[in-house]
Amino acid sequence: MEYQYLFTRLQVRGPHYPGVPLGPDNEPRLKDQHGHSRLLGYFADAQLGPIYLGWLGSLSILCGFIAFEIIGLNMLASVNWNPIEFIRLLPWLALEPPGPQWGLRIPPLNQGGWWLAAGFFLTASILLWAARVWRRAAALGLGQHTFWAFMAAIWLYLVLGFIRPIAMGSWSEAVPFGIFPHLDWTAAFSIRYGNLFYNPFHALSIVFLYGSTLLFAMHGATILAVGRFGGEREVEMTLDRSTAAERAGIFWRWTMGFNATYESIHRWAWWFAILTPITGGIGILLTGTVVDNWYLWAVEKRFAPAYPAVWPISADPSIAR
Amino acid sequence: MNRFNLWFGLSVATVLAAGFFILTFERPPVETVQSGYRGVALEQNYNPRQLNRLVAAQRVPEALEAADAEGPRASEIYENVRVLGHLSVEQFGRIMQAMTAWIYPEDERDPENTGCNACHVGGNFAAEGNYRKTVARRMLQMVQTINTTYANHIQDVGVTCYTCHRGQAVPAQVWAQRPANAEGSRNWQVAGEQNRPIAATAYSTLPSDPFTPYLLRNEQIRVISNTARQTDSDRSIAQTEWTYSLMMHFSQSLGVNCTFCHNSRSFAVWETSPPQRVTAWHGINMVRAINNEYIEPLRGEFPPHRLGPMGDTLKVNCATCHQGVYQPLFGTPMLRDYPELNPPPRRASLD
Repeated sequence: MEYQYLFTRLQVRGPHYPGVPLGPDNEPRLKDQHGHSRLLGYFADAQLGPIYLGWLGSLSILCGFIAFEIIGLNMLASVNWNPIEFIRLLPWLALEPPGPQWGLRIPPLNQGGWWLAAGFFLTASILLWAARVWRRAAALGLGQHTFWAFMAAIWLYLVLGFIRPIAMGSWSEAVPFGIFPHLDWTAAFSIRYGNLFYNPFHALSIVFLYGSTLLFAMHGATILAVGRFGGEREVEMTLDRSTAAERAGIFWRWTMGFNATYESIHRWAWWFAILTPITGGIGILLTGTVVDNWYLWAVEKRFAPAYPAVWPISADPSIAR
Repeated sequence: MNRFNLWFGLSVATVLAAGFFILTFERPPVETVQSGYRGVALEQNYNPRQLNRLVAAQRVPEALEAADAEGPRASEIYENVRVLGHLSVEQFGRIMQAMTAWIYPEDERDPENTGCNACHVGGNFAAEGNYRKTVARRMLQMVQTINTTYANHIQDVGVTCYTCHRGQAVPAQVWAQRPANAEGSRNWQVAGEQNRPIAATAYSTLPSDPFTPYLLRNEQIRVISNTARQTDSDRSIAQTEWTYSLMMHFSQSLGVNCTFCHNSRSFAVWETSPPQRVTAWHGINMVRAINNEYIEPLRGEFPPHRLGPMGDTLKVNCATCHQGVYQPLFGTPMLRDYPELNPPPRRASLD
């Protein structure tokens, strides 16, 4: 009976399953492309493939590859084409956006034009992938929840690299492509606009981000905990509550007086997840366009608390002179 | 076979992870010193092991026996004494001896260029012709200016040659302009001045030389608006990264967090900032004056190997004196032991 319990160290290996038949609008699946991996089976489904790329997927990968190459070759140029330095300094290297002197004009390639090109291809790649997510979900008769979740992330990406720079009238407001550079950019962004801590949409985004991890931990723990009663069969439990669902619900009612259902917990998680980038994107879009100093804005709106002074109050020495 | 692969992969991953953690993180303990109102993270973090190392490195050498200030003046006995002529002969000898130990200690392997011979033409102390003597004179005047003009930064501690030199001809931490990271070309030119891990800017990806604009030229450091909504700052994020880089240099040079000088809830507002921020502000002016009035004008004196890669002088920043400590030499008032470094009394200069 152990194989009926999904959380088991047994790996069930049946014949390769090629998937549901595809409708008339689809490319044929890549043939003879399947396999099983014991190692994959330790982490997830042991079956590999079949992969469906189609036109959207192929174009998306091509555009993503072009963006990746533009970024990588610019980084390589910035170390004089020295491959050893490239590896040594990789976390520091970047493809930076055009300087502020260019505004929204299109600069020559070596002045930031490459950044625009990389951004174009990366955006094309992401949007094509989103279209592919929609098409694949439709082909399987699924709802479009994955598509909309992906669109929420794309919204934040577009605000940072496209919508807000246009609103500010300068490409230089956008994020560099680079491992550490984009992190230092983030800190510089918060400093320039008077501390993003006081941006309420930033706060909401953090609430949803941390809330997502909390919900995921609660849900994952609950399902694992009731697995011994068959509770991991979540879809069945949604329609036909079993002792597993009852015990899970009672556990949370005992603990906090209230419980999600097998169905609603997934709505909770989905909304928390997509609201993270949606609210974050709103917060970024308002920064510099509507509010220029979030700390002073919070003082004005009376939600930045005042603290007792513990040292003599300083005055701006450039004025005091 | 699969089992072997799994264990092999796991052990490689473990070694890599262990290397990452050992090389990246600092072993505890970390001690926290609170400096502001509770609960607002105004605090400094120290690791006692590193603090002990710093304290050991910041020992002040024992003061030479004090010299008699009475007796004939150095200018009356020696020829060609231009800056220290107001001292007694005994004081003059003492400060020469101290400067030798602080800057060019006698080295048996190179007697021609160390000890007295470092600055003086062998056999004729009065002669000109050694660039180091010209530089040393100007540096003495610089020390006098710092100790009389910049009490708002150095407070009552004062500086001596040793504050920067620490027994070395060139202080350990100086800066000069740097060439772009790579040669600009038709393909690449943007941001050749940033994205390199260097100690002076705390291994950040921020611009590597925040010193030329702010500690040599007098460019606008402030980037944050003073109003909530209408912007009164046209500073871009690129510009902010330059200021941020300068601030990382402060932090790295003084071995402190941002919160030593700033209440991080608002980096811009002075009223809620710790008083150290005002001290630092005067320090920026002091360093800029040192670089512009004392060091860069000596460019023509230095031989090429004493200049930076772009041909400018090796200049001063916060680290030159502070060397990782919030007060150079942990605030030891070394100047008190060396009254010879005080400028001549006004009366004497009129003689």
